[in-house]
Amino acid sequence: MSAVEQTDRRAVRAAAKRRRERRGFLIALISSVVVIGGLALLVVTSPGWGDVKATFFSWSAFKTSFPDVLRGFWLDVKLFLIVEVVVLLLGLAIALARTTRSPALFPIRLLLAVYTDVMRGIPTILLVYLVGFGIPALALDGWPSDPVVLGGAALALTYSAYVSEVYRAGLDSVHPSQVSAALAVGLDRVQAMRFVVLPQAVRRVIPPLLNDFISLQKDVALISVLGPLEAFRVAQIQASSDFNYTPLLAAALLYICVTVPLARFVDHLQNRGRRARQAEAVTA
Amino acid sequence: MSASTPVVEVRGVTKSYGELQVLRGIDLAVHEHKAIALIGASGSGKSTLLRCIDLLDEIDDGDVLIDGEIVTDPGVKPPAVRRRLGMVFQAFNLFPHLTVLENVTLAPRRAHRQERKAAEDRARELLARFGLGDREGSYPDRLSGGQQQRVALARALAPNPRALLLDEVTSALDPELVGEVLEAVRELKAEGITMLITTHEMGFAREVADEVCFLHEGLIVERGDPETIFTAPEQPETQRFLRRLLDAHRV
Repeated sequence: MSAVEQTDRRAVRAAAKRRRERRGFLIALISSVVVIGGLALLVVTSPGWGDVKATFFSWSAFKTSFPDVLRGFWLDVKLFLIVEVVVLLLGLAIALARTTRSPALFPIRLLLAVYTDVMRGIPTILLVYLVGFGIPALALDGWPSDPVVLGGAALALTYSAYVSEVYRAGLDSVHPSQVSAALAVGLDRVQAMRFVVLPQAVRRVIPPLLNDFISLQKDVALISVLGPLEAFRVAQIQASSDFNYTPLLAAALLYICVTVPLARFVDHLQNRGRRARQAEAVTA
Repeated sequence: MSASTPVVEVRGVTKSYGELQVLRGIDLAVHEHKAIALIGASGSGKSTLLRCIDLLDEIDDGDVLIDGEIVTDPGVKPPAVRRRLGMVFQAFNLFPHLTVLENVTLAPRRAHRQERKAAEDRARELLARFGLGDREGSYPDRLSGGQQQRVALARALAPNPRALLLDEVTSALDPELVGEVLEAVRELKAEGITMLITTHEMGFAREVADEVCFLHEGLIVERGDPETIFTAPEQPETQRFLRRLLDAHRV
């Protein structure tokens, strides 16, 4: 009765697999409790815990400061959204200009190469200082002097340099045979870029682009050095006025509320991309 | 245009990549409704010749003419020339981000400025003819190699080119998928489409081609009607090449 025997083997294997899974789950649970609980215990039993609790985790300070910090954070969000759009467009323009072969554009390519190197070479906070205090000092007519605008401009300069490199890597990753095919059907070079190369390149670089989004979302706090009342600045002022650091924690919480979902979303996209590539590899 | 003007003509074309001379003076004429098969070992310059005719590679010396007009002058704009020819690649080279229908209509709509409706009607007609009527919404990676290559044929044919350049269109296919693509090409030949074909399928070349040219180290060593080339080749290089193929098949 081989059929019966086979069913038995199958049941035995399934039971063994269930046992293994149950044991794995149990081990994971115990080890998590030990590690996380141990860390918490270490913090809570430390000699300075009483002071830390009072200065960093004060519920009343949190409640009084939160509305102001949230208002400041709204400025961060607005600035982030505007700078992000500028960065996406500027970065793409730089990447496209750097991939053209037209001899007339040679000086522009050269300048853009220097631009991306320099902008990525200067620490962002330093650039925020230089733009934020340097441009108003020039006293040029019609140039903005609003620190939010200048801080945003400094961030756009740095980030467009990074993002242009991401785009450029994406454009390079599209196989030359795609260009051949686009030209062979009769498209000119500009059309081949627009309808064939660019759409494929952009799709591939969405995860790294989102990574730069996350980074920019946090770096918006750097404009605080120029004085605008954004979340970090507001929290800092409140913290130094009543010697309680809870407002800083409130600000941190707000940043996390935006960046963590974004990071999860990037992971999701990358996983999906990996699965798609694996499916491709299997069928190819 | 007189009846004797070839659709595609190649005169004394040479091409080298650095030290390597790939084409060493090719003369060739493809007349209307005719199919010419280029055969020869890998590296004999077959694919390079097709790429040069489609202006995807620049030639060093000689000229390429389409309908009697020199297209390899520095003043001629390549896109306008390529719009008069259709090319199909060994590796299909479909656009992976576009559906089958979009692959076929891209050139008619963007390069030939056709109305969307007209371009789609023409594309659907071609796809139906190649047995792909139900796949117009699919993306290329959902199709078999044979289906992809038939889409590539439809894409090349959509703008009604003067001639088709087929570059080893079955070489990247699993053996059981070769037949369906060859069948499609056979139908095009029956319709009178002018074609220049590079191929390793000798039986197919013999059946479809009006003339067979044997390329060896960048030169056309022998040319003639398929019967003569395959049954009584004169040049020792041709004889050796065909014998090697025959031996390979016997194994």
